Amino acid sequence: MDLSHTPEDEEFRARLRAWLATALPVLPPPPDPADWPARRARDLGWQRALYDAGYGELHWDASPTTRLIFLEETEAAGAPYVGANFVGLLHAGPTIAAEGTDGQRRRWLPPILRGEEVWCQGFSEPGAGSDLASLRTRARRDGDHYVVDGSKIWTSHAEVADWCELLVRTDPDAPRHRGISWLAMPMDAPGVTVRPLRTLAGSAEFAEVFLDGVRIPVANRVGAENDGWRVTMVTLSFERGTAFVGEVVACRRVLRELAAAARRDGRWDDAVLRRRLGRLNAEFLALWRLTQWNVSEAAAGGGVPGVGGSVFKLRYSHARQDLYDAAADVLGPGALDLDSPWVLDRLSSLSYTIAAGTSQIQRTIVAERMLGLPRGR
Amino acid sequence: MRFQLTEDQTALRRATRDLLERRFGERERRAAAGGGSLDRALWRTLGDAGFFALCLPERDGGVGLGFPEAVLVFEEAGRALLTGPLIATLRAAGEVPGAASGETVVAAADGWTVEWLAAADVARPDTADAVAVRSVDPLTPLHRVARAARVDPVAVLLTAAEQLGTAVRVCELAVQHARTREQFGRPIGAFQAVQHLCAGLLVRAETARAAVYAAAVTGARTDIAAARLLADEAAVDGARDCLQVHGGMGFTWESEVHLHLKRAWVRAGRGGGGAAAEEALAAALTA
Repeated sequence: MDLSHTPEDEEFRARLRAWLATALPVLPPPPDPADWPARRARDLGWQRALYDAGYGELHWDASPTTRLIFLEETEAAGAPYVGANFVGLLHAGPTIAAEGTDGQRRRWLPPILRGEEVWCQGFSEPGAGSDLASLRTRARRDGDHYVVDGSKIWTSHAEVADWCELLVRTDPDAPRHRGISWLAMPMDAPGVTVRPLRTLAGSAEFAEVFLDGVRIPVANRVGAENDGWRVTMVTLSFERGTAFVGEVVACRRVLRELAAAARRDGRWDDAVLRRRLGRLNAEFLALWRLTQWNVSEAAAGGGVPGVGGSVFKLRYSHARQDLYDAAADVLGPGALDLDSPWVLDRLSSLSYTIAAGTSQIQRTIVAERMLGLPRGR
Repeated sequence: MRFQLTEDQTALRRATRDLLERRFGERERRAAAGGGSLDRALWRTLGDAGFFALCLPERDGGVGLGFPEAVLVFEEAGRALLTGPLIATLRAAGEVPGAASGETVVAAADGWTVEWLAAADVARPDTADAVAVRSVDPLTPLHRVARAARVDPVAVLLTAAEQLGTAVRVCELAVQHARTREQFGRPIGAFQAVQHLCAGLLVRAETARAAVYAAAVTGARTDIAAARLLADEAAVDGARDCLQVHGGMGFTWESEVHLHLKRAWVRAGRGGGGAAAEEALAAALTA
């Protein structure tokens, strides 16, 4: 058991910290959240800056411990998170890197790393949420193209994306996991219609994407035809592994801000509130240690984080909601004012036990795949 | 950063588990539950194995290992429901003659209670005013003291390790039962309601494990306080859910489950409970 980093990793941390100290002050302020083109430009610009400084590939092409330090330091310095680059850097990119041909890697990876192209994710459908393998968006072969019909939902950044990692059914007669393929779809292809969806937080953070006779070159398929489910599972395990490192750091900062606010407002004498924040401090400290445990395991076992990510995801998504409920306690009546700090974060925290696999699905994964309980219904 | 166990640490854990399975199995546990007497022969065996001298420097005749190793050993002790004032005796090693070797049994006031006072040769600190209570845990005789004793952070850490052992054990027991007990023509573990209870057991245990092991590595006050809170929760709530999974059997004296729950309660009360840890972690937020 050792929590210390190698001298090389510590040197990396020092260099990164020094660079962040020069790069962050010249960053323009965050744009209006409703201004999608401005958000896209800012997120891509930040990725470009990382790339130019030699940090562009860290999300998937570094040792897990180096990546941990990168995410820890960038968040601690208040740098923007991946934003519109999320799918490119954390889903589609790693999938292409792991499963794509040389030509596909050359075509799609550099623009992601240089902050030139935005990807979105076309997995869920109105009829295929937790039961993703039941997806029905159909792709028929027509010469060297697929013709795609169907619709996708919960697609973040669809309005400003250049590409969509799309799951389609290429063999409707095969067992459902074996008739799916993974395609890279250009978002400007004829027949693609994006309709923004408003979340309960009031903003249009994701969209529905309608596909009507969209022609996609067969060359855009990553992995073999009908092997898309396996290809996708590589992506999803990335999502459940290290994607939340920066957020845990951020939550620990929010907790300190809550304590400062409670002191400022004379609420610190309230032992119930104080001890609630103390317990949350334990919770997020433990989540940080669990992150280190998972990263260390990934480093020892090689690349792709395993189902241990489900344990983290379950605990974290509920802890995040508890954190913002505690924030409401600190705010008192201010919790009902959308202009108070943390109120919008409290609203968006409600998605955490749903997105990327609901808590119920995660518990079933833990029970069946980690504990070996019999498969149920 | 290699947070996982080293080969030596894995071997130590294995050896401890083997020793306890040999010397403190179900038969010994049942015998211990009958009365409040301490198995002195077992205590000497533990002493010979270096159990109490784990953290004592080699120059003082100890094993000279660190907190990570001690935490692994106490995790196994917790898992096996091992009885006796283990932590008090370990902490007395090097100060009280005979403690390190297992010849002298040492009890200590910890918060509002003293465990195993009547069976001990030495009590620290002064426990003259201690009053015997009818202990909820049949495997842990208890006295109460009038003034709360000072809390030893190492005792808190080792208690958290014992709680972790309980959390892991009750998860295993629940899963074993869910796999084999059949109702409606299938194992109850095929029902999501039961699966999700079991998943919760694992999530709490594994989160606690990360917190406890990290606290052993850093020895930092905040890490120890967090480990304590997470491990108490994992043990107490875990034992409760394990009992629930066992249904009517879980409510019987015959079943092992109640012993884990009652021991988890006793340990959660050490050091005056978790309030001090919550306060320390709250204070750390404003430091």
